[in-house]
Amino acid sequence: MAAALINVPKKAKRGDVVEIKTLMSHIMETGYRRTAAGELVPRDIITSFTCRFNGEEIFRAEFFPAIAANPFLSFFTVASESGKFDFEWTGDKGFSETAAASIAVE
Amino acid sequence: MSSSRAIALAALLTALPVLASEISPDQRRSGYSFMATDTKAMQDDDTTNPGMLWVLDGEALWTAKAGNAGRACADCHGDARESMKGLAARYPAFDRQLGRPVSLEQRINLERAQRQDAPPLAYESRDLLALTAFIADQSRGTPITAGDDPALKPFVDEGRELFMLRQGQLNLACANCHDDNWDKQLAGSAITQGHPTGYPEYRLEWQTLGSLERRLRGCMAGIRAQPYAYGAPELVDLELYLMSRAAGMPMETPAIRP
Repeated sequence: MAAALINVPKKAKRGDVVEIKTLMSHIMETGYRRTAAGELVPRDIITSFTCRFNGEEIFRAEFFPAIAANPFLSFFTVASESGKFDFEWTGDKGFSETAAASIAVE
Repeated sequence: MSSSRAIALAALLTALPVLASEISPDQRRSGYSFMATDTKAMQDDDTTNPGMLWVLDGEALWTAKAGNAGRACADCHGDARESMKGLAARYPAFDRQLGRPVSLEQRINLERAQRQDAPPLAYESRDLLALTAFIADQSRGTPITAGDDPALKPFVDEGRELFMLRQGQLNLACANCHDDNWDKQLAGSAITQGHPTGYPEYRLEWQTLGSLERRLRGCMAGIRAQPYAYGAPELVDLELYLMSRAAGMPMETPAIRP
């Protein structure tokens, strides 16, 4: 039941700096922990995140085992035109989630 | 008795004070007020509060049909925003059939058994936490009134006894920290007054959402006591006492705590 929380301003003035906040549900198992029986718990993390605006990549992040569960990202961009942000998270065990949000620039 | 032994004894006596007074209502503080600015900001914004992930899952479960009866919570209770408003602030509540208080988690499982003919959800499972969080989120801002029912009086007293009872290898009662020393720190962390205003809550230490019972069991392991099992009457009584101790404080579910 993966779900994302996205916060993108609905409206902005041309040239404004806007903040984009994303939160993705994920356990981020490091791969370093062991069970009570001593067996290694296999790594299960998000490895990469990308944000595209109207198809063009504007932000990318790589994730590593030290990043907490349910990773939260906040980044900024300049509002140049109205359009759609596409977010994509990919990771271990074939993890792949997408989300989208629109912004209207006046 | 030599003077050095007398000093040592005096030091021992001050180190283990007799139980001091309970916190007066005007001195009560939510765990929120002990947190760093960043952690407060995380709780205040629903798009940065990871607890909202469970609330969203719970909203989906609310309308999903479950069990042999093929019925969803929403089929009887309708819109949770109306029907569940303020409910969690009254839990644990008295169950006339069982003749004792039940926690919100237990109520959900009772409803599943009686109305949906569905197997109980395991304690701390994603689904049970999600449903509990979604229901309790409908009480955000509602002042806590749990324990007002006169039928609950003996159980509140029972919980209070447990709160005051020294136990475990460290021989500590809940009250030793949360009534007597809440304004101090333990290993760099604020001790706090232990008001259960935001459960189920997202603890950064757990990296997940967890119930009040999980928190209580954590404290019990911390004082080297044998924790009660999930759903044990003792835990529910303790929950009930803690909620009545926080009477009037607003609900914060899903809260963030360090």
